[in-house]
Amino acid sequence: MSTDTASGEGFSDTETMTVREAIRQALREELERDEDVYVMGEDVGRFGGVLGVTGDLVEQFGEKRVRDTPISEAGFTGAAVGAAATGTRPVVEIMFSDFMGVCSEQILNQMAKNRYMFGGKTEMPVTIRTTEGGGMGAASQHSGTIHTWFAHLPGIMAVAPGTAHAAKGLTKAAIRSNDPVIVFENKQIYEQEGEVPVSEDYTIPLGTASVEREGEDVTVVATQRMVGESLQLADELEGETSVEVIDLMSLYPMDTDTLLKSVEKTGRLVVADESPLSYGTHAEVVARVQEEGFFSLDAPIQRVGVSDTHIPFSPALEEEILPHADDVRAAIDRVV
Amino acid sequence: MVSIDIETEDGQREILRRMLTIRAFDTKAGELFADGELPGFVHLYIGEEAVGVGAISALEEQDYITSTHRGHGHCIAKGLDTYKMMAELYGKRDGYCNGKGGSMHIADVDAGMLGANGIVGAGPPLATGAALTADYKGEDKVALAFFGDGAVAQGQVHEGINLAATWDLPAIFVVENNHFGEATAMEDQHNVEHLSATAEAYDIPGFTVDGMDVTAVYEAVKEARERAANGEGPTFIEADTYRYEGHFEGDHQPYRTEEDIELWKDRDAIETFKNRLVEAGTVTQAEFEEMRDEIEAEIEEHAERAKEADYPDPSEAYEDMFNATVPEINDFAARMRADGGER
Ligand SMILES: Cc1ncc(C[n+]2csc(CCOP(=O)(O)OP(=O)(O)O)c2C)c(N)n1
Repeated sequence: MSTDTASGEGFSDTETMTVREAIRQALREELERDEDVYVMGEDVGRFGGVLGVTGDLVEQFGEKRVRDTPISEAGFTGAAVGAAATGTRPVVEIMFSDFMGVCSEQILNQMAKNRYMFGGKTEMPVTIRTTEGGGMGAASQHSGTIHTWFAHLPGIMAVAPGTAHAAKGLTKAAIRSNDPVIVFENKQIYEQEGEVPVSEDYTIPLGTASVEREGEDVTVVATQRMVGESLQLADELEGETSVEVIDLMSLYPMDTDTLLKSVEKTGRLVVADESPLSYGTHAEVVARVQEEGFFSLDAPIQRVGVSDTHIPFSPALEEEILPHADDVRAAIDRVV
Repeated sequence: MVSIDIETEDGQREILRRMLTIRAFDTKAGELFADGELPGFVHLYIGEEAVGVGAISALEEQDYITSTHRGHGHCIAKGLDTYKMMAELYGKRDGYCNGKGGSMHIADVDAGMLGANGIVGAGPPLATGAALTADYKGEDKVALAFFGDGAVAQGQVHEGINLAATWDLPAIFVVENNHFGEATAMEDQHNVEHLSATAEAYDIPGFTVDGMDVTAVYEAVKEARERAANGEGPTFIEADTYRYEGHFEGDHQPYRTEEDIELWKDRDAIETFKNRLVEAGTVTQAEFEEMRDEIEAEIEEHAERAKEADYPDPSEAYEDMFNATVPEINDFAARMRADGGER
């Protein structure tokens, strides 16, 4: 069955598609594979999702399997938790991750805690998909990158694809998981293209990172949009600095071993993630690498992210706030 | 077939038995708490027995319920084992949640009991979800959410009802109006006289029934179940009831008087129902007393046994987080230990 490789090795049959198409293909395959799987959220049906991810799925599967909900995040997220506990596998779309404040109760105290509180006597196969990130001039309430909150919360798995193949493999793994998984999709990469295994058996095990490009001098552990930007940067630095780029992919659980192995080789680490820097995803990567890989390090670890601000509206300001390849380059320059 | 047929004498005796079991269980739980035997806090259901038993007896065995922080009564009405409940109150491994949940989180998903809940108002969306599963799979099951009058002020209660109403799901919403949300009177939390007015906004049937009359609750829920199972959507039922004890044990209750409580005790649900059965010749006073003594002795024995039962092994604290294996949990635990786990 599934060979489960992060990069899609072993699945030689690939097609070029965008991240958006890769997620839709994942949803389509899982809806086809398992009758218990259904998709619900605001405007996911006839409208095809506000950012177009669900697209034409409703035409193929009907309104029972691709459900438009009222605008009530607490109501339908809570319903997904109750539905998962009783034997179905809902996939919920929260239009913008900023809206997760509205349904946090159901995620925080019900979805994340039921299994543990009940002594392991329930399963919680819920998938939540949501969009993150700035760059669309959408201002603070539609641009947040909040995955740290939920990756921090015990009882939930959190993943964040950086490429099209990761988007497909992680989405499918999330849906097949009997544990609650939140998939954080960066909306700026929906149009990004890549090679994606077309096999229905292709999934990426939760808790694995992917070495997207090998290098010798410095490791860049990146997430979401920063993966593509770092890969491009690595190309540009070819011949000057040899950069290893890792797509972290799974925020929790985290593939510490792959990170340690890389740092053992390069001795230097830059962590690039589009979330606020304090107390965040970056800090978790840094902590793990220094706890176990301290003696591999030849230089202080560098972080690239958002300087603890919200995302402003004006393009001039937004551009200033969001991390980009030149920030990664500056970080590399500081340590190499 | 409903789980208990109130038309039959056996059914009536079973209803009486379940109400008495709740009274005995919670009386014992209150005593144990006062004696410092039980950790945490407990919220007693005494006085409200007719609501839980009336409602759940009108459901079918396979139906789901969601519960509240005051959930012991719902568990017993759903047929849960009082020894395993006691063990959970003590935090013992034999408990329903292996000691991880305690009084406020007793659950038995296989029995259709989707959990007591420490979060006021969290249950209705969960019941809507269980009803969604039933509808999605075409199963003959309904889901009933219990919640308090205080919870009706919570937004997610309304989201859950709206969703169930919009999708015609087989759900039943039962508000147990015991007239207080912790220490604040119902009138000080709501602008309506009857909470059943809520139903109007969702265009679903809404009733207020006498929550001290187990038959009235039963009839209302039985009708609601029929509607739900016929694809006619949810019903909202307000049961007018009262809790005799404090919000939690140790509550000094400045918000009401002994006389207030006595007025409700005059209409005690168990006493009333028993008198009705005695009049009809279904049970004699002596049989009733025998039944009560037997139940009390059993609860006593369950409490004793729970007290003697084993605590979970400390290592079990790291279990049950996920279905999958997550290396973090044990790795971190090993590192944190004083003897310094090596990797
Ligand atoms: C969201 C939330 N807010 C506050 C509390 C604290 N609290 C626990 S029970 C309770 C009162 C609930 O009143 P009601 O819903 O009427 O139920 P009752 O206690 O009367 O059974 C409160 C405020 C809580 N557990 N959850």
